[in-house]
Amino acid sequence: MDEFLHQVLSGVASGGIYASVALALVMIFQATHHVNFAQGEMAMFSTFIALALIEAGVPYWGAFAITVLLSLILGAAIQRVLLTPMAGSPVLASVGVFIGLLLIFNSIAGWLFGYTLKPFPTPFEGPPVLGGFVTRHDLGSTAVTLAVLGGVYGFFRFTNLGLAMRAAAYNPVSSRLMGIRVGRMLALGWGLAAAIGAIAGMMVAPVVFLDPNMMSGVLLYAFAGALLGGISNPLGAVFGGFAIGVIENLAGAYLVGPELKLTLALAIIVAVLTVRPAGLFGRTVVSRV
Amino acid sequence: MLEMLLRPAPMLRVAGLHAGYGDVEVLHGLDFTVGWGGITALLGANGAGKTTTLRALCGMIRAAGRVQLEGADIAGLATEDIARRGVGHVPDGRGTLMELTVEENLRLGAYTRRRGEEAADLRRVFGYFPRLRQRLRQQAGTLSGGEQQMLAIGRALLLRPKLLLLDEPSFGLAPLVVREIFGIMRRISADDGVSILLVEQNAGLALELADTAFLLETGRIVTAGPAAELRENAAIRRSYLGY
Repeated sequence: MDEFLHQVLSGVASGGIYASVALALVMIFQATHHVNFAQGEMAMFSTFIALALIEAGVPYWGAFAITVLLSLILGAAIQRVLLTPMAGSPVLASVGVFIGLLLIFNSIAGWLFGYTLKPFPTPFEGPPVLGGFVTRHDLGSTAVTLAVLGGVYGFFRFTNLGLAMRAAAYNPVSSRLMGIRVGRMLALGWGLAAAIGAIAGMMVAPVVFLDPNMMSGVLLYAFAGALLGGISNPLGAVFGGFAIGVIENLAGAYLVGPELKLTLALAIIVAVLTVRPAGLFGRTVVSRV
Repeated sequence: MLEMLLRPAPMLRVAGLHAGYGDVEVLHGLDFTVGWGGITALLGANGAGKTTTLRALCGMIRAAGRVQLEGADIAGLATEDIARRGVGHVPDGRGTLMELTVEENLRLGAYTRRRGEEAADLRRVFGYFPRLRQRLRQQAGTLSGGEQQMLAIGRALLLRPKLLLLDEPSFGLAPLVVREIFGIMRRISADDGVSILLVEQNAGLALELADTAFLLETGRIVTAGPAAELRENAAIRRSYLGY
């Protein structure tokens, strides 16, 4: 029973990472109807920036804040420079850009920082807590993740800027007629997604170690989580991310072993999507004409 | 020069407006003005270019020609900047943000306003459309067509426009609802000091409501004048009013 609890809690911790990245994916998907395949690599690159800052002597939380800010700017700049000219182009052209970005970030990171696994510090040091079931890092990173998710939820739900970003995603034409600067909203959305990804990267790196391919697995799980919960619903995607984390951990420990745990997670997703194509919480918007 | 000072610029002056989609030109040089206050109707059959005219005015499609709002050029500006200069536009299809609640739609209408400034306007909108107040928490996509039209007009009013463009507000609505909405447009024009440019296929209704009217045929203005005169115009009666 103790072991089971340990597996669940550990699954929640990694699920929080997937949930963050899933949320980043959903934010960009809602605005552009594209999945940003480079989301994970952008997060990995941000994590390298954080490591460089920490190695240069910046205290952890200072490096954390600078990295989040730089990622926000970088994400917004990518949208403005690379994706604004792509507006109205065919889907495959955008997919090409995303895959290009993925490869570019991956190889630049390798070129700048090398391909060897690097340890990444955690600000949550100390002996395990909650009766020894949970590492301090798992607890701390889950708290950070929940704070990020709560903050993002509040931002979109309660601020006018967040509302305008949602409007720009749902209906850019109508939003422009209300004076909303849709281009800026898209750039801000990319910036926020990149910042959320950066936090996820910094939280997962102490567990999996940092290298240019650190996020490829995480991105897959996050994508799976987003699809499971419903890629049209941020809350659903977040739930999906957590669910995938727990399923993955339990399956790895008890059912199929670590080799097949991703396969099992994906099998569950396929099953869910067969019954509910919009995902568990995917919204079908009702509209009368 | 002196004449310009004595005669203030009209709310909207359009000269030589050409616009279209891709290689197809739909508007072949429109000239018209919309005065201060009052309701101006832009009439015409399906495909005459009415919606295209409104889109061109708001920078939603590529256009050539002069467009002046209170004497200042707005042609070539981005749609959002034209809106910020005081042009409200209730577009074709109403532009409802279906996924959001009625309240959120209205908040977005006031997006460009300073915080708190819009409270009085919101009260006025509820005065015109009391039903919106009852439906604040409802998803806008679940409103009836008439309610969505009310929401669209209310949303546009919260921008505090000088000029309000309305694209076929009667479209798809029951005659009683159309009467109600047209009556409220009259009140809006009288009370809010907004100039209204109304695009309508239903010429009979529009001519009852409007002060001035233009008739658009295949991208050109063919007739213009006070609405009362156009109502008596034999050709218009035959082609558009059916009596």
